[in-house]
Amino acid sequence: MTTTTAVRTIASRPPRFRAVGRTTIRRSQRRAIWLLLLPFLVLFVFSFVVPLVYAVVESFFTEKRSGLGIGGERAFAGFVNYVNAIQKTDLLEGVGRVLVFGIVQVPLMLIVALALALAVDALKGNYPKFVRLSAFLPYAVPGVIAAILWAFLYLPGTSPFVAALANVGIDVDFLSSDVVLWSIANIVTWTWTGYNMLVIYSALTGIPQELYEAAAIDGAGAWRIAWSIKIPLVAPALVLTTFFSIVGTVQLYAEPTVLKSYSSAITSGYTPNMAVQDVAFGLNNYGVAAAMAVLLALGTFVLSFGFLRLANVITARRAAV
Amino acid sequence: MPRFTSRLFIRGVLFLGVVYFLIPIWWLLTASTKSSSELFSSPPLWFGEDFALLDNIVAVLTRQDGLFVRWMLNSLIYAGGGAIGATLLSAAAGYVFAKYSFPGKGALFGAILASILLPASLLVMPLYLLFSSLGMINTMWAVIIPSLVSPFGVFLARITAQESVPDDLLDAARIDGAGEIRIFSTIALPIMGPALLTVFLFSFVGIWNNFFLPMVTLNDAELWPAMLGLYFWGSQPSELNYHFVITGSLLSIIPLAIAFISLQKYWRVGLTAGAVKI
Repeated sequence: MTTTTAVRTIASRPPRFRAVGRTTIRRSQRRAIWLLLLPFLVLFVFSFVVPLVYAVVESFFTEKRSGLGIGGERAFAGFVNYVNAIQKTDLLEGVGRVLVFGIVQVPLMLIVALALALAVDALKGNYPKFVRLSAFLPYAVPGVIAAILWAFLYLPGTSPFVAALANVGIDVDFLSSDVVLWSIANIVTWTWTGYNMLVIYSALTGIPQELYEAAAIDGAGAWRIAWSIKIPLVAPALVLTTFFSIVGTVQLYAEPTVLKSYSSAITSGYTPNMAVQDVAFGLNNYGVAAAMAVLLALGTFVLSFGFLRLANVITARRAAV
Repeated sequence: MPRFTSRLFIRGVLFLGVVYFLIPIWWLLTASTKSSSELFSSPPLWFGEDFALLDNIVAVLTRQDGLFVRWMLNSLIYAGGGAIGATLLSAAAGYVFAKYSFPGKGALFGAILASILLPASLLVMPLYLLFSSLGMINTMWAVIIPSLVSPFGVFLARITAQESVPDDLLDAARIDGAGEIRIFSTIALPIMGPALLTVFLFSFVGIWNNFFLPMVTLNDAELWPAMLGLYFWGSQPSELNYHFVITGSLLSIIPLAIAFISLQKYWRVGLTAGAVKI
């Protein structure tokens, strides 16, 4: 009884009153939106938008530097910087290197991460805590430190592996030009496998138990359940980890930069990010460096979104079947 | 496959994984107890005859008038200050994206997320030029200001606000006459608290590990963070230098290792969010 009267009172309120109420809320909310969002937005514009615009603009200008390096003549150059950037064999080699690296390292790392996540999940409650902790530890080791650590594990004087392999008659130089790319791949794999494993594992723990019980009643064994239920259901986590691995691969920088001091096989333009930095600060050629960086950004967008499209198509097709 | 062999196989896989993850750390622990000559003469994965850990630590801490201590303090300032700022800014921005609607919201959020894809080299060079025209090159601000922006933090804060802050509660506070800013700071922020710790941790680690930006913007060794300093020490690979680099590396990961192990619960929140939500 009371509720109906209450409803009726609200409904019979003069419309003008409600409209006024709503606009005052709107105004105070609009102020709040600005106040809360502005600090972030200002810094976001300063550290992302302005540099992006700056780099794009800079990539279309050349600067003829006078002797002191400042106050040179600026001239619009069209796509000259881009042509120069592409003709730099350094950049193309770096891109090729990073692509080969990514095609091998990313799937390998994620397969290992998936296998470990499935293994931890299968052993419910037995060791997982210890395994999880040791898997996460490498992620707590900064990229620079990981690279320094592995550099010592590769250097013949301090490496346990070089000595052990020599004992069985295998001579490897982890820092030679043939091998060093895969030595870097190992550092990246070491750092990120555990992290990715935990992302996949937390997706696994979100799968409802009833699904397994239903499958077991239908006669599915543990391997069958892993293959037909667990892996398809953690597909979003796999897509996500692949996506971030692709972005990370394109940006490869800290590990090769550190190893460069230990291996003469690593040049100053070994990866695209290193090449951009070398052209910008080594050669002081901002225009070409900016063009290279813009191309690199475009490449990252194409690769990562191309992958997302592909993943969507595949999941859609699976769902249709 | 019979159950027993299957379990054995799974344990074998896990054992290999754990060995792979721990070997470099174990090597670091043993190597930092060795004097620089024993580094080469003793077995690489076991302790040497002398236990020189303390000597090594003293050597690292006193080298070049305690420069390493300075680097660690700098890292704490950059990572601590940057992460606190990034967490607060992300919380406010994420809350706005979760709880208000305004024109262009979707596009703005998309742009913020897409910025994750921009290569560091694209941003660092213009930032260098920008900071030098502002006279801020070679100051702490050149590292701290860009660190305050965390797109992933905004993403995480938005999810948190959507899931944990009920709209009814906000409406009730509005009816009681609370202002929007007060609602955010006294009602929403405390509810978002635990998840914000995750944002803080992720930012802290990100800034602690950052290397590209400080390398470009800081010339003065007194201002370097530990990562840049250790890189510099490591870039002079003389064998007499090795034990400084090794023991310094060990000391520099201890704060992070402690943060990771003691705050495991909060990491898992971030990982789950990342796994499920995109």
